[in-house]
Amino acid sequence: MIEIKNLTKSFGSNLVWSDVSLTIEDGETLAVIGKSGSGKSVLMKHLNVLLYPDSGEVLIDGLNVFEIRYARLRKLRQRFGVLFQGAALFDSITAYDNVAFPLRFFSDLNEKQIQERVMECLELVNLADIGKKTPAELSGGMRKRVGVARAIVMKPEYLLYDEPTSGLDPQTSDEINDLIINMADTLDITSIVITHDMHSVLRVADKVAFLDKQVLSWYGTLDELRTSDHKELNAFIRASEYTI
Amino acid sequence: MQLFIDVGRYCRLIYEAIRSSTEVGMYRKNIISEMVKTGYDSLPIIILAGFFTGAVMTIQTSYQLVAGFIPPSTIGAIVSQSLLIELAAVISALVLAGRVGARIATELGTMAVSEQIDALESMGFNSVTFLVMPRVLAGVLMFPVIWVAAVVAGMIGGLLAGVLTGTLPPADFMLGARQVFSPADVSFGVIKSFVFGYIITSISCYKGYFATGGAEGVGQATTQAAVLSCIYILVADFVLAFLLL
Repeated sequence: MIEIKNLTKSFGSNLVWSDVSLTIEDGETLAVIGKSGSGKSVLMKHLNVLLYPDSGEVLIDGLNVFEIRYARLRKLRQRFGVLFQGAALFDSITAYDNVAFPLRFFSDLNEKQIQERVMECLELVNLADIGKKTPAELSGGMRKRVGVARAIVMKPEYLLYDEPTSGLDPQTSDEINDLIINMADTLDITSIVITHDMHSVLRVADKVAFLDKQVLSWYGTLDELRTSDHKELNAFIRASEYTI
Repeated sequence: MQLFIDVGRYCRLIYEAIRSSTEVGMYRKNIISEMVKTGYDSLPIIILAGFFTGAVMTIQTSYQLVAGFIPPSTIGAIVSQSLLIELAAVISALVLAGRVGARIATELGTMAVSEQIDALESMGFNSVTFLVMPRVLAGVLMFPVIWVAAVVAGMIGGLLAGVLTGTLPPADFMLGARQVFSPADVSFGVIKSFVFGYIITSISCYKGYFATGGAEGVGQATTQAAVLSCIYILVADFVLAFLLL
């Protein structure tokens, strides 16, 4: 379980958000929504301590992640898989090697076992046949799917998706949404999806957190979202040209 | 204020790289790969630069020492000693500030702005150990090798220039070189190459690692890495000459 308690973050004199508190239960999928620049990705980067807050805590199974030493933090980070906005694949190596990358350094598997695990992950994202291609040879959707394969290869407990459908056509976005649902179901994984794509939110999320005006403006289940009379939230959904 | 921030971040980065050197075995392949890129791949340009530096040095020294009472071997002595204590190290370093420094800053800068460094950290890697330590170590280990190549190429260039222009027979060139040879000069050249290797790789790693702002940011980081490396090479050259000669 991830508990975010009274988190406040600013960059210099620019306050990103303050006093953000929410809980992410094991196995659930939380969508964090908000306008561009509302600090959604910044919030995500606090969960695996790529950023430190001005104040507040993130507790993972009761452990404050900002207080642990770097060596232990590296172990903790291995409990997370992350799909970055641009997939962040290493462009000098093939898609296969990207997925195999963490296994080669952090597992005791031999090359044959690594191959089996990599192919298993690539098959999960329906890309079993593109292993030899480099990231430059892949489409945006394929890159994101390879990013997901790399994120799950170490069997993480938590999967963080940063704008998984941004820049993709509607059909490919749907494929990515299916993939997120599939990952949550088949791997029994806790997922946090950073997005402003309401279609994606309604497909994949169990709960929704809405960041607006530098605070966590609204937080609830998908059913509560459908019946909410929160003015800014409804304006955000309407602006997404989406009717629920 | 920005200067203090830069110095602080640079020191922290280098401290992390040194502290993480206990993991050197884990990244053996990276270190070897960087040694090849920094050292072996740089040899053609270094040999070329060293060869022509030696050749031009011989021709110009011959031109300047026109007085008949100065023995021709003096030219060989001046050229060989200049190569050992100054020219081979400085010319190599200035050439490699562009070649190696720009490559490192671009690689790391691109990784920084495309979140590849964040991806490494997310997987549990120490990105400094993975990216910075192998590059700095490769620079420190390979620059003395590069220096040797530059000295040898410079001597050959100087010797051939003397022969081709008819100003200096090979025997006189070698006689002059042997007369002034001192192991201390070799030590001085090696120390310089260590220091220059460290300056180029550490500054370029720093500029690349902390690059921000997309393609423009990577461009700025690359330019700054090359320019700052050249400036600090010249400053270090003066300080080392002042302290060690």
